[in-house]
Amino acid sequence: MANLFKKIVFLYIDGFKNMKTGKLLWKIIAFKFIVFILIMKIFFFPNFLQTNFTTDEERSNHVLNNLIKKDI
Amino acid sequence: MEDTLLVDWSRAQFALTALYHWLFVPLTLGLSFIIAIMETIYVKTGNIIWKEITKFWMTLFAINFAIGLATGIIMEFEFGTNWSNYSWIVGDIFGAPLAIEGLMAFFMESTFFAIMFFGWDKVSKKMHLTATWLVAIGSNLSALWILIANGWMQHPVGMVFNPESARFEMDNFWAVIFNPTGYSKFLHTIGSGYVMASLFVVGISAYYILKNKDVVKATKSIVVAATFGLITSIFLIMSGDESAHQVAQHQPTKLAAMEGLYDGHNRAGIVAMGQLNTEKEIGDDKPEFLWSIEIPYALSFLGFHNMNAYVPGINQLVYGDERHGIESAAQKIEKGKIAIAALKNYKEAKKLKDVTRATKELKIFREYEKYFGYGYLKNEKDIIPNIALTFYSFHIMVALGSWFLVLFFLILYFSMINTLKKQKVLLYSALWSIPLGYLAGEMGWIVAEVGRQPWAIQDMLPVGMATSQLATGAVQLTFWLFATIFTFLLIAEIKIMFTQVKKGMEVH
Repeated sequence: MANLFKKIVFLYIDGFKNMKTGKLLWKIIAFKFIVFILIMKIFFFPNFLQTNFTTDEERSNHVLNNLIKKDI
Repeated sequence: MEDTLLVDWSRAQFALTALYHWLFVPLTLGLSFIIAIMETIYVKTGNIIWKEITKFWMTLFAINFAIGLATGIIMEFEFGTNWSNYSWIVGDIFGAPLAIEGLMAFFMESTFFAIMFFGWDKVSKKMHLTATWLVAIGSNLSALWILIANGWMQHPVGMVFNPESARFEMDNFWAVIFNPTGYSKFLHTIGSGYVMASLFVVGISAYYILKNKDVVKATKSIVVAATFGLITSIFLIMSGDESAHQVAQHQPTKLAAMEGLYDGHNRAGIVAMGQLNTEKEIGDDKPEFLWSIEIPYALSFLGFHNMNAYVPGINQLVYGDERHGIESAAQKIEKGKIAIAALKNYKEAKKLKDVTRATKELKIFREYEKYFGYGYLKNEKDIIPNIALTFYSFHIMVALGSWFLVLFFLILYFSMINTLKKQKVLLYSALWSIPLGYLAGEMGWIVAEVGRQPWAIQDMLPVGMATSQLATGAVQLTFWLFATIFTFLLIAEIKIMFTQVKKGMEVH
């Protein structure tokens, strides 16, 4: 079992070490995660209902009020 | 009153992210299978050249996968921010399929990806081959769940609207999972990915043959891809037929827009090609087309599998047609308003703890529930999507799909008689068909999504009611941010891909 675990770990270590095009691709992936998740999600895409309401009851009331409001 | 500008910018942003996301997905879906087939040939024959071919295409697969990774997550951000009413209302339906997708994609793809890329000469040939097939199957199964969710939006089944929580709640899991609209959408979508990936391999291989570089490997690659492309093109036609059948049953306005059909009739034909009359208005007597070539009976057959079937046109769907049992949009709007009023009264009665009135209002709501979404429409003509965009997108998609079938056939024919290398025009056509494959895929999504407007959920929730109350400027800002980032990613992909292709098919 320990031997198998060691083999799996070395599979990843050797794989990452020997990457060529892959290194650039990982940099792009890291860039995307930073931009999408750490910047875009936090600063530009707050969850509207999670941010503005604290309970599910408030959220459902808000949506229901939108659905039945008179001026539609 | 809904803010039209906000709704339009929110739609534009979602369309932008979805269209960019779809530039990366089809190649992942199809190339994974082509690679698995190539590796299978290597394992069966033991011929080292097939190993090198597999590794080359695997590198291009990795580039596409890495650049496309996480472009889809943006749409989930948009659901929570821009489309909060919608995401709340459908949360119960979408939660399960999307959670399964996330888990399946993470465990299947990430585990077997490592073996596929790092495992050459470290695990047995059969183990490696299994990993490659599992990456292909896992990627395609990931697409299943999201397309089931999309299919539900086109034809909502297996759910009931809860007026207390303002949510659609699943009452029949199997009806959602086996929704025929979801399945036909899934099969047609993955089919388009297979054809797209075949064009990619055929086109790049054609480039090598034209450049007289790596000709042996390119010739072997082109035969595998053209065979896969020919088979999957036939599959694409069959799944497209089923898709159109589903549209005819559940989204007649989309079908009418796809065909520019204003006046319905029996034995309706399909317009093989034509130019819409831009002066034509709903309800007037002007001709629908400036010119057109029609295939008789084909639309009745395609939509209803019966050459004599009646296909309603835009005029019948807007103004109604008693003879064929079609309600007018105005009647549906009135019934929708009754449903909305009943929902409002129900809520008030519940607040006042008036059980008798609440029961009565709920009964009225249930009676008119299927018209609920119509109550939000202001004009009877609002039920019709953008006809020109839907019509031309559909016809461009079909024309390109037909060309791809011919292309794959010709490539295989000339490969069989060993004269492919001499067919310069065909090889250049194959190369230039790569962008056409992407174009066809995007057109397909435009037909599917523009064609179902004004609905976010068919007949139940128009897009105007699905949005959050945000400042339009905030949505405009993020629209341009995404346009910039995605364009940067696309340029990066094309540049890295070109560099890799220019290196040739030797293993790097």
